[in-house]
Amino acid sequence: MTTSTTGALAPPAVPAPWTMPDKGKVGMLLLIVAESSFFAIFVIAYLFYVGKSLNGPFPADVLELPILGSICLLSSSVTIMLAIRALRAGNRSRFNLWWLATILLGLEFLIGTGMEWYGLIVRHGLWIDTNLFGTTFYSLVGFHAFHVTVGLLMLTLVLIFGLTGSLAPEHAERTEILSWYWHFVDTVWVVVFTVVYVVGR
Amino acid sequence: MTVLEEGIARPHAAAERASAWSVAHDWVTTVDHKKLGVMYVASALMFFLIAGFEATLIRIQLAVPNNDFLPPDTFNRLFTMHGTTMVFLVGMPMFFGFANYLTPLMIGARDLAFPRMNAFGFWLFLFGGILLYFSFLGGDGLYGAGTAPDVGWFAYAPLTGKAFSRGNSTDYWILGILVSGLGSTGTALNLATTIFTMRCPGMTWSKLPLFVWLMLVDCLLTLVILTPLTAAQVMLLLDRYLGAHFFDTQAGGSAVLWQHFFWFFGHPEVYVLIMPAFAIMNEIVPVFSRKPLFGYPFMVGATVLIGFISLSVWAHHMFVVGLSPAANTFFALSTMAIAVPTGIKIFNWLGTMWGGKIRFTVPMLWCTGFLFSFVIAGLTGVMLAVVPWDWQLSDSYFVVAHFHFVLIGGLLFTLFAAIYYWFPKVTGKMMDERLGKLHFWVFAAGFYLTFVPMHFPGLLGMPRRIYTYEAGRGWDELNLISSLGVAVQLVGLSFFLWNLVRSLLRGEPAGDDPWDAWTLEWSTTSPPPEYNFEQIPVVHSRRPLWDLKHPEDPDWRYE
Repeated sequence: MTTSTTGALAPPAVPAPWTMPDKGKVGMLLLIVAESSFFAIFVIAYLFYVGKSLNGPFPADVLELPILGSICLLSSSVTIMLAIRALRAGNRSRFNLWWLATILLGLEFLIGTGMEWYGLIVRHGLWIDTNLFGTTFYSLVGFHAFHVTVGLLMLTLVLIFGLTGSLAPEHAERTEILSWYWHFVDTVWVVVFTVVYVVGR
Repeated sequence: MTVLEEGIARPHAAAERASAWSVAHDWVTTVDHKKLGVMYVASALMFFLIAGFEATLIRIQLAVPNNDFLPPDTFNRLFTMHGTTMVFLVGMPMFFGFANYLTPLMIGARDLAFPRMNAFGFWLFLFGGILLYFSFLGGDGLYGAGTAPDVGWFAYAPLTGKAFSRGNSTDYWILGILVSGLGSTGTALNLATTIFTMRCPGMTWSKLPLFVWLMLVDCLLTLVILTPLTAAQVMLLLDRYLGAHFFDTQAGGSAVLWQHFFWFFGHPEVYVLIMPAFAIMNEIVPVFSRKPLFGYPFMVGATVLIGFISLSVWAHHMFVVGLSPAANTFFALSTMAIAVPTGIKIFNWLGTMWGGKIRFTVPMLWCTGFLFSFVIAGLTGVMLAVVPWDWQLSDSYFVVAHFHFVLIGGLLFTLFAAIYYWFPKVTGKMMDERLGKLHFWVFAAGFYLTFVPMHFPGLLGMPRRIYTYEAGRGWDELNLISSLGVAVQLVGLSFFLWNLVRSLLRGEPAGDDPWDAWTLEWSTTSPPPEYNFEQIPVVHSRRPLWDLKHPEDPDWRYE
C-alpha cells in the first residue's frame, strides 16, 4: 500500500488483462438452460401419462425403435466437431465436407421421423387427438423435430457461407457456438429416446 | 464535484431540439438500453393505470352487499384482466425496465450484450400486452361468447377447455402472455449474459452492486420458469385447437397437471416480481442511511438461496387439491424455509439503518414503508404455509389480502421509491419532495385502509372472486372500508401523476449525483449519453464513487 503525494492511497492493481467470458457462449448456454426447462415440462407430461391412455393404439403395439435415425443424429455431433476442428486448422474444403455430412445426417434423422409419423398416422390411425399417447408423443417428438429443423436451417446458412468462401478460421468460435445448440438437440434426443422408446414402451 | 471529473471521465450531454417525428422515430427504432428501459417503465405505468381502473370497478361492486353495479360475467373478466395485467404487464416490465436502464450503468458497460434482441424483447412484450387488451374488441370470435378472458389469472383447467370456454377470449389470454413471455425470456437471457460478460475492470463477483446481483439471480430464475409456462400454454393451445388431451379429464387427462405446471411457474414468478423490490432496497437504504450495506455476503447468499428454494414451493398453492400427506409436509416445510433467507434480508436492511444518519427523503420513506408491509405479508405467508390453516383459508379474501401486501406494500412501494430515486438520473430533473411526501402518506394510508380490513372477511369465510355477497355475514363494514381505501389510494396516486408531469416539465435541475450516492450510474451525466461512459471505469470496491470522493479513506482498504 503506497501513499501518493496528494495523500490519496493508490488502489490495488486490477488483474490485467481483464478478461470476461465470451458473450455468444454465455448467451447460448443460457438459451440451452431455458430450452431444457421447456423440454422438461413435455418430458414430465409424457412420463405422467405413460400407460394412462383410455383407448389404443398403445406404444407397445405401434412404436418401433428408430435405430438408424438415432445413429445418424448422434454421429452428426461427431462430424460437426470434426468440421470445426478443420476450420480452426484452416482447411476449408474439409470443413465444408464435414459440415455437409452433419446436415445430411440431420436430414436423414428428419426423414426417419417423417416416415415414422406417416406410418403411425396412416397405418395405425394414431393422431394427436386419438389418445393421451398420441397427445404426448406428437408434442414431445414434434418439438424435438422442430428444433432439429431450426438447427438444420442455421447449419445450411453456415454451409452457404462456407461454399462461397466467406468462412475463415476466425469464425471457428462462432460456428462452435452454433455446434453447442446442435449438441443440445442431440442430448434432448437421448432423453426423448429413453423416455418414449424405452420407458414408455 | 471535481473529484468525479478527475476519476471518471464525464461525457458531454448532447442537447438539441428535434422535430416530433424524428423523436418518435428515434424511440421506435432505438436499441439503446436506457430508452428501452424508460419505455418499459412507461408502458408498465400505463398498464398499471388500466389495472388500477379495473380494481376500482371491482371494489365499487364489492363495496356494499347485493350490489348490481357490474354483471357477474363482467366481474369475472375484470378480475382476470386485473391479475394478468398486474403480473405480466406491470410487474415484469417494471423489472425489465429498471434492470435494463441500470444494469449496464452500474457495471460500467455501454449497453446490453445483445442490444437488438433487447429491442425485440420490448416490442414482443408490448404487443403481447396490446394483444391481450385487444380481446375486449376481438375476443367475441365466431361464437359470440365472451370478450375479455374470464378464466382467472391462473386459468385452471378444465375451465379453459373448448367445451367450457367458447369463443376466443381464452386464446387471447394464452397468446398475449405467450408472446410477451417469449420477449421476457429473451430479455432475461440478455441481461444475465450482460452481467456475466460485460463487467468493467475490477468488478469481481464480490464487488458487484447488490442491485445487479439480485437482477442476475432474477434473470436466471426467469429463464428456468418462464419456458415451462410457455410449454404449458402450448399444451393448452394444442388441447383447444388440435383436440389434444393434456388437460382433458374425459380422455384421461389431468386438470391437476395444469395446476402443477402453472404453479411451477407461478410461485417462483412471485419471487421474480419481488426480487427487483429487494434490489431497489439494497441501493436506496444504504444511500439514505449513509452507511454501506450491512452483511453483503449474506445478502448474496440469501438471494441465491431464495432463487433455489423458490423452485420447490409451488404446490403450497394446491393444498386443497388433496395432495398426499408427504407432499403436503414437504411443501409446507419448504415454504416456511424460504422465510429464513427472506428474514435475513429484512434484518440486513434494519442493520444498515441501525446507527445510520437516516435521511427520510421520499425514496427512503417508501423503502421504510416496504419494511413494515413486507413483514406483514411474510407473516401471513407463513400462516398460509401451514396446511390445515390453508385448507381453511385457501381461495378466501385472506389470501387476496396476503398477496396484495406482497405486491403493493412490497413491490409497488419500492417501485415508487425507485422512480423517485432514479428520476433525476433519467431526466436530469428532481421530483418534487412535498408532493412526493403527500403521495407517500396518502397512498400508504389508502393501502392500509384497503388491505388490512380485507384479511378479516377472509377469516370470516368470504371466498375470493365472488361478484357479490349477502348482507349480515359480518363482511359488510369491512368491505365498505376496503372500497373507501381505494378512493384514498386514488387521491395519493393523483399526487404522483401530477408530480411526474410537473417535474418532467419544470423540475429543479438535478445534477449528476443529487443523493451523494456510491454506484457508477451517478458518475455519468444526468441523463447519461447514449454511450454511458466516455472511458470505461475501473473499480476497486463495492462503492466506487465513495473511493473517488474520499481518496484518503477508500473502501477497498476494508473489503
